[in-house]
Amino acid sequence: MNRSPILIGYYTMVRKDFIRIVRIWSQTLLPPVITTALYFAIFGTFIGSQVKAINGLSYISFIVPGIVMMSLITSAYMNTVSTFYFAKWQRTIDEQLVSPMPMWTIIAGFVTGGVMRGMIVGVLVVATSLFFTHLVIFNALIIFCAAILTSLLFSFAGLVNGIFAKSFDAISIVPTFVLTPLTYLGGVFYSVNQLPPFFRTLSLGNPILYMVNAFRYGFLGVTDVSIAVCFAVMGGLTVFFFLLTLFLFIRGAGLKR
Amino acid sequence: MSSTSTTPESALKIVDLKKVYDTGTEALKGVSLDIKQGEFFGLLGPNGAGKSTLISMVAGLTTKTSGTIEVAGISVDKDPDKAKSFIGLVPQEFNFNIFEKVEDIIVDQAGYYGIPRPEARTRAEKVLTQLGLWEKRGDTAMALSGGMKRRLLIARALVHEPKILLLDEPTAGVDVELRRGMWDFLRELSANGTTIVLTTHYLEEVELLCSRLAIINKGEIIEEGSVKELIAKLNYVTLLLDTKEPILEAQKVLLRDLKIKKVDETTLELTLNPGETVNDAFRKISATGIQVSNIRNSGSRLEEVFVNIIEKDSNHA
Repeated sequence: MNRSPILIGYYTMVRKDFIRIVRIWSQTLLPPVITTALYFAIFGTFIGSQVKAINGLSYISFIVPGIVMMSLITSAYMNTVSTFYFAKWQRTIDEQLVSPMPMWTIIAGFVTGGVMRGMIVGVLVVATSLFFTHLVIFNALIIFCAAILTSLLFSFAGLVNGIFAKSFDAISIVPTFVLTPLTYLGGVFYSVNQLPPFFRTLSLGNPILYMVNAFRYGFLGVTDVSIAVCFAVMGGLTVFFFLLTLFLFIRGAGLKR
Repeated sequence: MSSTSTTPESALKIVDLKKVYDTGTEALKGVSLDIKQGEFFGLLGPNGAGKSTLISMVAGLTTKTSGTIEVAGISVDKDPDKAKSFIGLVPQEFNFNIFEKVEDIIVDQAGYYGIPRPEARTRAEKVLTQLGLWEKRGDTAMALSGGMKRRLLIARALVHEPKILLLDEPTAGVDVELRRGMWDFLRELSANGTTIVLTTHYLEEVELLCSRLAIINKGEIIEEGSVKELIAKLNYVTLLLDTKEPILEAQKVLLRDLKIKKVDETTLELTLNPGETVNDAFRKISATGIQVSNIRNSGSRLEEVFVNIIEKDSNHA
């Protein structure tokens, strides 16, 4: 396959997933909007109005970037893990595996679907937040880069989960028992500088902390950790998961018999 | 295992192909095959013989333990993407998304082969029309009957116009009329130069369609040759004779020097050993006063060969 047929194969996969995401919007796009609207109303407005300012910002302004990031992470992850596992379970993945598309193109097709859904949900949740607070943008480029890198990273991670999953239960274990706790403890609702030294140090081992802080820095110009470290962590993990996915695909793990 | 020779016109060349699963099961124990371009090749074997494993290894869905596979002279190890572009696979199981529309399944598959969307739509119309599914293009795959789903698998495998079509039991569970229609379609495809490799349980299918076949059992090729060559190995003929009147015991006694068996009141099973002729047997039958109204083959000739070979192989194991 020369470059053009590869692009056609990639475009076919992306187009198909985009149509699916939009067609089943009540399962893919609406739930994060409803959930985050409740977060904004309850934690931001009702409880947040009684919480003192963090880094000179109102509580709702402080939590909006983290909540957007939380939705983006979950959406990107769930998109690849569910589409990939479903393709594996129904064996529709064979349609791509028998074709001359190189492995990296198949990976790119699945991952782009996750990035696409993560970014669409991110925009929708930011739009929802406007009903509760004013939008402040400190650096649009940092917001964009943090959002792209995070959705890319969790799309790869979802794919790895999908490769190893042997049942529908296995695709919900990581989001429920790993992703959700890490996100809640990743500084979405508080600044880690408010924590006792031990827990602050412990929090620095949570990769989601760096994503939330990079995103918050882009919106508000405040961060608990160095922005350079944030991007180094996101970039490093993205490269790691990309290489891991490529290795697993080439070996045929969970794909070939 | 049969030997193979290198020829430039090989469509599919497999040498010493082995597959050992993680569980330790040896699915293929060194299979070699050389299928020529334009051949209609049959792969016969009982359940679990290794037919589907072989097909899916050629298509790139199963990893091989050792051995080599060349598709139209292209090694699947050196240039897997190019080798795959020559192959169309019709799997045994339905592996399309049942929630997708028939036309979308075909057009998207063409896309994976790098065919631009407008051309893919034209090709989809062509293959769906050929297989009698164009009227159903707007329906989801879920709404199709079993036979239609089988045809959809064939249409999907043909949309990129492959040089080699691998069919893994394509007529399983398909009614007789539809099966015959499918045979006509495959014959036409073969006549147009497509190399076809067919695995099936229907021996009649192989007898009618294939120019050459291999019998695989327990992961090994135990016979290979043309259908005529294999049938020639059968050194006896069994015929069923329908009689006008019920056969009397006294008449049967008179036929004791023939290998004859009474199936029911008006049917005899006659087995002719090497050297015996139908004329000799009928002279003896006529002498007893039995009047034969109809003669039939006792079953598929190939089926007898197949059963004999498999039984012999199992006894040796």
